[in-house]
Amino acid sequence: MTEGLWSLLVDSFWQILLPGLTMTLPLTAVSFTFALIIAIAVALVQFARLPVLRHLARFYIWVIRGTPLLVQLFVVFYGLPHVGVLIDAVPAAILVFSINEGAYCAETIRAALESVPPGQMEAGQCVGMSYLQVIRRIVLPQAMRTAFPTLANSLIAMVKDTSLAANITVTEMFMVTQRIVAWSYEPLALYIEVGLIYLLFCTVLTKVQHFGEKKLQTYGYQGG
Amino acid sequence: MAMLEVHSVKKSFGALEVLKGVDLRVEQGDVVAILGPSGSGKTTLLRCMNFLERADGGEMVFDGERFPLERISKKDVARLRRKTAFVFQNYNLFRNKTALQNVTEGLIVARKMPKGQALDIARRALAKVGLSDREDHYPSQLSGGQQQRVAIARAIATDPEIIYFDEPTSALDPELTGEVLAVMRELAREGMTMLVVTHEMSFARNVSNRVIFLERGAVVEEGDAKSFFQSPREERTRAFLRTLSGEEHTEKESET
Ligand SMILES: Nc1ncnc2c1ncn2[C@@H]1O[C@H](COP(=O)(O)OP(=O)(O)O)[C@@H](O)[C@H]1O
Ligand SMILES: [Mg+2]
Repeated sequence: MTEGLWSLLVDSFWQILLPGLTMTLPLTAVSFTFALIIAIAVALVQFARLPVLRHLARFYIWVIRGTPLLVQLFVVFYGLPHVGVLIDAVPAAILVFSINEGAYCAETIRAALESVPPGQMEAGQCVGMSYLQVIRRIVLPQAMRTAFPTLANSLIAMVKDTSLAANITVTEMFMVTQRIVAWSYEPLALYIEVGLIYLLFCTVLTKVQHFGEKKLQTYGYQGG
Repeated sequence: MAMLEVHSVKKSFGALEVLKGVDLRVEQGDVVAILGPSGSGKTTLLRCMNFLERADGGEMVFDGERFPLERISKKDVARLRRKTAFVFQNYNLFRNKTALQNVTEGLIVARKMPKGQALDIARRALAKVGLSDREDHYPSQLSGGQQQRVAIARAIATDPEIIYFDEPTSALDPELTGEVLAVMRELAREGMTMLVVTHEMSFARNVSNRVIFLERGAVVEEGDAKSFFQSPREERTRAFLRTLSGEEHTEKESET
């Protein structure tokens, strides 16, 4: 490896890592938080079989899971301005990632809710709690615990998916890498480098996931 | 006046008629044992009485108030559930809560009791079932017998007027049934009103004061415990008791 390439990689490492820390990770964290809120709501209206809302929930999941994330980004960022709805790149990315991830996590959480034995709800109602109280204090916490590994996987996948935001002008890691490639003509080395930084992020998150799973297991039953 | 009565409780699952008009009355302080072969509708009866199943017909009179079982309001269901408690065959302890939290949950959350007071009551309830040293254990860290005793503590903590038990010992290993039955016997001695579906003949004979024999969704015979066992009127009751004593025999034989 030439010395010039080496120093390019070292310099660019920090140039790429910085938007990783200031854009990729915050974008993931904010979007995933919104996604979880959406997912819990969408899972609960199905679990509780609320008349109209559950059909809306199914429709939402059907549309979002059946269309590419990249298309969704384009519709919101390049499409909506045509009908007068202008959203900046970063809020548009957060909006699309939240709604997209929300659909997948909703399915995870719904399955986890269904896996909580019905006796838990019955016991809660028998000690006088209302349906909502049992959901909030007994059923949902157990479901979230069951769902934890799958949700953690979704979070890790999302870190990588945020690279798609480069397509709607968000200056995240991949966009910055593309810019460096444009003037340095070192696509192979630089794209591998950004890939390794994603790998680093995901490795740390996987460690956190394992730690979390152990923590959840030490105090009691094994989900499911 | 009886504390609790139900009249002509009916329930079908699809084409299967499980309860064909069951009548039942419980006086305050009664320990009523419900006996009957498997599939006769005992669980369904208890579940209808606590509205875990919606009966197709029938009426409940609780403390002199009348409720139509098939169209009782949500509000009345909530009110009645606060006067009753239910002990399940498979305990159904809240898996994400410790033994102590299992007991306080119904007090703090459902009855809005101050935390300190709820903890006092819960500790006393757990002490009563002999589990003071297990307060911070999760259900998965307890034996079946211990779990069922926590469930009983959870039931008595809410100071119910009646406790429904659905075969509280039948999910337990034989060597663990004794500890649960001892707790129930103690409750009965203190005057707790109990409606107990059971296969434990010694409990029905020695602890309950009244026995109801249910078969194919109908009451075949009911009476005070003594005469029920000594001189059953119905041939079907006698046949049922014979099969049971047969089982007890073979159990004893296989033990030796
Ligand atoms: N949720 C249900 N759906 C359909 N059939 C049921 C349901 N619950 C109970 N049954 C049927 O009703 C009958 C009575 O059941 P159950 O009340 O559990 O009897 P027991 O407790 O006396 O053994 C059985 O034939 C059982 O299969
Ligand atoms: Mg049963």
